[in-house]
Amino acid sequence: MIEITNLHATVADKPILNGVSLHVPAGEVHAIMGPNGSGKSTLAYVLAGRPGYEVTEGSASFDGRDLIAMEPFERAAAGLFLGFQYPVEIPGVSYLQFLRESLNAQRRARGEAELSGAEFIKLARSQAALLGMDAEMLKRPVNVGFSGGEKKRAEMVQMGIMDPRFAILDETDSGLDIDALKAVGAGINSIMRKPDKGVLLITHYQRLLDYVRPDTVHVLQAGRIVRSGGPELAHELEREGYSEAAA
Amino acid sequence: MTAPFPTRALEEWRYADLDALQPVWEQLGEPERIAVLPGQSLEQVWLPSDDAVQVRRVSVSLGAGASLRLFALNAAEQYGRIELQVDLADGADFEFFAANIGTGLSTNEIVSNVRHLEPNAKSRQVVRSVLNGKAVGTYLGKIEVARDAQKTDAEQSVKAMLLDRGATANAKPELEIFADDVKCAHGATVGELDANQLFYLGSRGLPPAQARALLLEGFVMGLWDSASEPDAICEAARGALRSVVA
Repeated sequence: MIEITNLHATVADKPILNGVSLHVPAGEVHAIMGPNGSGKSTLAYVLAGRPGYEVTEGSASFDGRDLIAMEPFERAAAGLFLGFQYPVEIPGVSYLQFLRESLNAQRRARGEAELSGAEFIKLARSQAALLGMDAEMLKRPVNVGFSGGEKKRAEMVQMGIMDPRFAILDETDSGLDIDALKAVGAGINSIMRKPDKGVLLITHYQRLLDYVRPDTVHVLQAGRIVRSGGPELAHELEREGYSEAAA
Repeated sequence: MTAPFPTRALEEWRYADLDALQPVWEQLGEPERIAVLPGQSLEQVWLPSDDAVQVRRVSVSLGAGASLRLFALNAAEQYGRIELQVDLADGADFEFFAANIGTGLSTNEIVSNVRHLEPNAKSRQVVRSVLNGKAVGTYLGKIEVARDAQKTDAEQSVKAMLLDRGATANAKPELEIFADDVKCAHGATVGELDANQLFYLGSRGLPPAQARALLLEGFVMGLWDSASEPDAICEAARGALRSVVA
């Protein structure tokens, strides 16, 4: 599904990724853990196509298509979703309008029929309910006045609405209290735990992995994957720290 | 109109397109008068016409406790000018929400002079400009607070979005205050679209042109939030934005 080979990337000419290789097949959830500054968010941004994140070597493909050659909106239409660590505020634009236009742009690009206003509202309500979010919040400007936890929940509502084939979730668990963490974990499982879908879960902590069980855990350090293992690796990291576990 | 033709030496005409003004100067009558009687309230929406040159000169007086809320779209193809003289009596409340939207070689400007003649009056002016090509968008806003006009509350918020290096925004709030117990806030910013916002919209599937249009719509449409009948001006502003972003 996602195939990353020897990926090198720079930000403002500074090398951050130094040869990441990673394969996430359909039906699997992979977690990426690692200390601050190891390149986790950079990997997420490179895969989503953020301007300023330059690939200098290696490749990344999504279902055989060259991801790096695609614009961010084309990656979204192809079924890629990035859950932002810091969701962006957009004053003056309502969540409903933003999401409806986005979803319909994706559907147009895939040659699918657009959703009517009524169909979209129904979908948005059901996905908000799934994540335990008041649907009235979707009438407000995008993320304006949302708490940190509400923003992360809203990211997952967006994921439910877009129904992507592959999701990269960048520290979706940070800033969540325990109830929100449970709701978000359940949301990820119900939206993404399917045989034809995959997830790359970027996290600092093991606790989200109690709710979303990863098939494989990778440790990223200094822009390289230094160790991979089963779910038990996350517990080992939590116990012993990164420097110990990666040695 | 018998007044002499203006020159750019006059502050209120400094950024005007005088060549465009010349042919219509003689036909401009006296400023339109709007008087709101004490305690009354009024709301108006000013839409642009199809004329290439549009000059609207209005003289407003608000009686004690009167209120006026104006919503204006200034989007002439060549030259648009909204000129406002506003006199406020005791406790009057004046609100003005306006947009300059222009592209090509157009000049659109708003020139206001709000006079707080008596105490306790409020004025609030919010102006947003979206400019592409070599367009010019201007706000010159003068606020005068008379000697006795204590407890005046005056606010000016001016923001411009430049979509092309050739576009120009002028913003000049000017205060003349002769009372000592007043609140006069003003802010002006000139910027470009936010790269983080554009990437966020792109990551959700919006192509760049559509993402830009949505951000600009948000920037402008907030102006009409308090209008009781916003449909016509929303539609006109959307149309103007479409032609500017295209």
